[in-house]
Parts: sequence; C-alpha cells; structure tokens
Amino acid sequence: MNRRRLLAALAAAALLLPVGSRAAEKPLKVVATFSVLGDIVKTVGGDHIALTTLVGPDGDAHVFEPTPADAKAVAEADLVFVNGLGLEGWMDRLIQSAGYKGPVAVATSGVKSRVMEEDGATVTDPHAWQDLGNGRLYVANVAAALAAADPKDADDYRAAAAAFTAAIDAKDRWVRAELTAVPDVQRRIITSHDAFGYFGAAYGISFLAPEGVSTDAEPSAAGMAQLVRQMKQENIRIVFFENMTSPKLVETLAKEAGARVGGTLYSDALSPPGGPADSYLKMFDNNVPQLKAAMLGM
Amino acid sequence: MSALYDFLAAPFADFAFMRRALVACAALSIGCGPVGVLLVLRRMSLVGDSMSHAVLPGAAIGFLISGLSLVSMSIGGFIAGLLVALASGLVSRVTQLREDASFAAFYLISIALGVLIVSTRGSNVDLMHVLFGTILAVDDRSLMLVSAIASVSIAVMAVIYRPLIVECFDPGFLRSVGGRGGVYHILFLMLVVLNLVAGFQALGTLMAVGLMVLPAAAARFWAAEVWSLAAVSALIALLAGYVGLLLSYHADLPSGPSIVLTAGVAYVLSLIAGPQGSLRRNLLPQPHYET
Repeated sequence: MNRRRLLAALAAAALLLPVGSRAAEKPLKVVATFSVLGDIVKTVGGDHIALTTLVGPDGDAHVFEPTPADAKAVAEADLVFVNGLGLEGWMDRLIQSAGYKGPVAVATSGVKSRVMEEDGATVTDPHAWQDLGNGRLYVANVAAALAAADPKDADDYRAAAAAFTAAIDAKDRWVRAELTAVPDVQRRIITSHDAFGYFGAAYGISFLAPEGVSTDAEPSAAGMAQLVRQMKQENIRIVFFENMTSPKLVETLAKEAGARVGGTLYSDALSPPGGPADSYLKMFDNNVPQLKAAMLGM
Repeated sequence: MSALYDFLAAPFADFAFMRRALVACAALSIGCGPVGVLLVLRRMSLVGDSMSHAVLPGAAIGFLISGLSLVSMSIGGFIAGLLVALASGLVSRVTQLREDASFAAFYLISIALGVLIVSTRGSNVDLMHVLFGTILAVDDRSLMLVSAIASVSIAVMAVIYRPLIVECFDPGFLRSVGGRGGVYHILFLMLVVLNLVAGFQALGTLMAVGLMVLPAAAARFWAAEVWSLAAVSALIALLAGYVGLLLSYHADLPSGPSIVLTAGVAYVLSLIAGPQGSLRRNLLPQPHYET
C-alpha cells in the first residue's frame, strides 16, 4: 500500500517536472534599439532571451523609421533596452504608440556624457559605447536589468556579464597597446563621423571635422577648397567618411588633396553577420588598425 | 589687375575640381540649350523636375539587381525615365489627354512603384543620394558622360531639326505630307531623358533641370527664332555656371543652388528688361513710326 502510494506520488512528480521546466525555458522577450546595444544584450542574455533589434546592421539609429512589425515587437516585449543620451529620438513615440507598459532600461545610466557639435548646435554625444570603459557600464546596466526582469536566471546573467567585462578589459588594453606606436603629434584623424568623441577622449586622439563640409548639406566650393587646403597642410593621407555622404564627393576630395579614402569605420552600427564588425568587440578590431595606419601616414 | 585675376580666374587655376565643374557646366549648357528651348516651347517645362522622380523605380531595380552600382542604377533610371516619357507621349498622341496630364499620371505611378520597390529591400540607404551627383564632384566618368551626351544631342538635333520643328508647330501638316512625326517626337523625348538622366548623375537634379529650363525661359526675351533661342539659352547657362561657381567659391554658398539662382536672376532680369516681350516692352511701349 505504502509502496503504491509512493509510486503514485513519484509518477505525479515526474509528470509535473517537465511542465515546470518548460515554463522556465520560455525565453524573455527583449527588444534592443540598435545593433551595438543588441550585441551587448545578446552576449549577456545568452539563450535565456529572445532578442529583437530594431535598427539592424548598417542601419542609422538617428533617423530610423519604425515599421508596424517593430511596433508589434515592442508591444509584446517583456523588457526594452535603449541607449539613451538622445540617440533614439523616435523611441518614446514608438513605446507610446505600441502601448508598451513594461520596464525600459537605459544602457547609459551612470555614464559621464560628452557634448558634440551637430548642425551648429551643441548637443549631448550619444556614442558612449565607443569608449570601452563605458562598455563596462553598458554590460553592468544590461545585466542588472535582465536580472531584475528575470530573477531566476540572474546567476547566468551575472556570469556572462563578468566574462564579457573581462573580454572588454582585454580589448581595452589591446587598443591602448596598439595606439602607443603613434606619436602624440600625429594623433589626428579627419573624418566626417561625429561618433568618435568618446573614443578620442579615452584613447588620446583628436578627431577633426572636415571644415565646411557637412554630411548632408550640399557643399560650397569654398568649403571644398578649404578642406583641400587643410588636408594638404596637415599632410593627411587617408580620410574616413561615413558612407552616407555622396561617395563621389569623397573621392573628388581625396584625389584633389593627394590622399586616399580610408576603409569603412563602423561607429553607429555593426556590420551584417559575417562582416568585419559584426560584434561590439570586433568593431574595435576593424576600426583601430585602420585609424592607426592613417595616423602613421601609411 | 592681379586682384581681378584672383577673383575671376584663380579659383579655376588652383583647383582641379573647379575646372572640371566648369567644363561639366559647359557640356551641360551645350547639350541642354536646344533641348531645353524645345521643351519650353512645347509646354513641357515641368517634365524636368518630374523626371527626377520618375527615374526612381528603374534605379531601384538596378539596385536590386546589382547593389549600389552606379552603372546599373543609371541605366535602370534611364530606362524608367524613357518609358515614362514615351508612354506619356504615346498617350497624348493617341488619346485626348494632353502631354502634361499624361506625363503627370505616369510619373506619379512611377515614383510610387519606386518607393514600393525600395521598401521591399528594407534598407535605409538613400538610393537617390548615391545616384545623383553634385557639380563639385565630377569625376572622369561623369565628365565623359555629359560631354558625350552633349555631342550626341547636338548631332541628333542637327539631323532631325527641320521635321522636329514642323512636328512641334504644325503636326497636321507634317502628317499630311507623309512625314513620320511620331518618330521625331520619340527621338526628341529620348534626347530629353538622356540629357536629364546624365545631368542628374553628373550634377544632381536641381542643376540638371535648372540649367535646362531657366536659360531657355530667359532666352525667350532675347531671341525669336529657335536656333537663336538655343544659342542664347546655351550662353546664359554657361555664364550662370561660371558666375555661380565663383559665387560658391568666394561667398561660401552651396554650388548647385548658386548656379541655378544665378540663372534665375538672369531670368528675372530678362523678364523685366529683355528686348522682346518683356514687362518693359509691354508696359512701357516704345515709340514707333506711324505713317
């Protein structure tokens, strides 16, 4: 009699177990606003989350136009990550119109922000991830938000965050080691990217904006001439431009000044998977050697 | 003397991109002069601006086929523009709808189709930004393209000049003597699309259309025959290009708009004070001899 009851209890427990574990396996639905943040969230979250990234690789988070599919993803999410610092001006409206009422985690909490020039006005520079020191803060904020939303997997998140932070530290040491080869007087880059403010401040490089030529407005001949003179004066051999400017304009400038156009720098978005910068850390693998070569005049 | 040289010639002597811009302007003026004049005379002046939108689906299909390749996008854009121009020409010949309405209808369909095709790719890349050039960034290929098209335009216009003029002003007569008016009409439309698309690719939409229509409109107040209209139009376009580039250099203004605005100023001055049919002539009649 006792044995039968014991067996029945064991059978019931055995039946319940798979149900219980299936419920625990349901991944946390997470939405990240753009690819760099998405990569960080995915690395920390691992298999416990189902991640949707709104602005994909090679996309522009500054001028993104959400589709109905994006609104649906936000509405159904359990947790939303934003960069903050003014990167995603469209996110508040999207959250409101999708009717999302859940937690919104700001990845840049605690980051010491910088300012930058944009269209003649001084605004907060949102590209904080370009400094690997801030990357540690991103990881910590992401892990904390994930642990708060999904407490039972908090240990996994913390472990993943610790591993990622160690990798970030290693990458930071590597960047600094790479850049020691560049003497102080040559630590100048001309680029129309406005995304390297934090990188420049962290690693001691001054990023010069091309004078008179902005990425969207039509250039004036005076602006072009000024830029050519500047490049010839500073003996700039390589220029980097975002691929959003007219590529012909960039080539004309380079030819006129006897320089060549540098490769692609990834700043605001990752490359598609399989590309040279398809993760947060690989972005530095792609950018740093090119910047170093440009500064050394090669 | 040196100051004058510094002001008028030094920018072009010092910088290759200025020289190329000037040559591209010259080529565009020569190609667009006669074509623009006929466009204005046939009341198709707004075709130019609409064409910049009508090329979108062709460029989009070119983009879908081979990515951001300028050649395939230009060819696609040219085909799309040609189809729209020919279709609207055909409709206006065969039905009772006139060219302006039929062109408007087709270009609107075209641009909607283009937006649809682009959005299926889901990419943020602004195709038009890549396709349309700027006068300050004329590379060898664009320069050769514009020059070649200018030469072809002049040659073709010279060959079809007389039947084309008759077809414009008295199509019934041409049909009655058995001339194939339709062929010349189509050839003319092809020249328009060719000049426009090449202009877009080399110099951007504003400049290409601006230098086609504004000088032709201004020339109306200076000349009365088609050949002299074409010559004056080409001259005004060339001068506008030169002055506009100088303005852009010395006053730090964007180049395309300054060139077009210079042409615009020429138009307004001609409108007010030109020798023929201007406000001055109409409102302040000259004394003339009466018997």
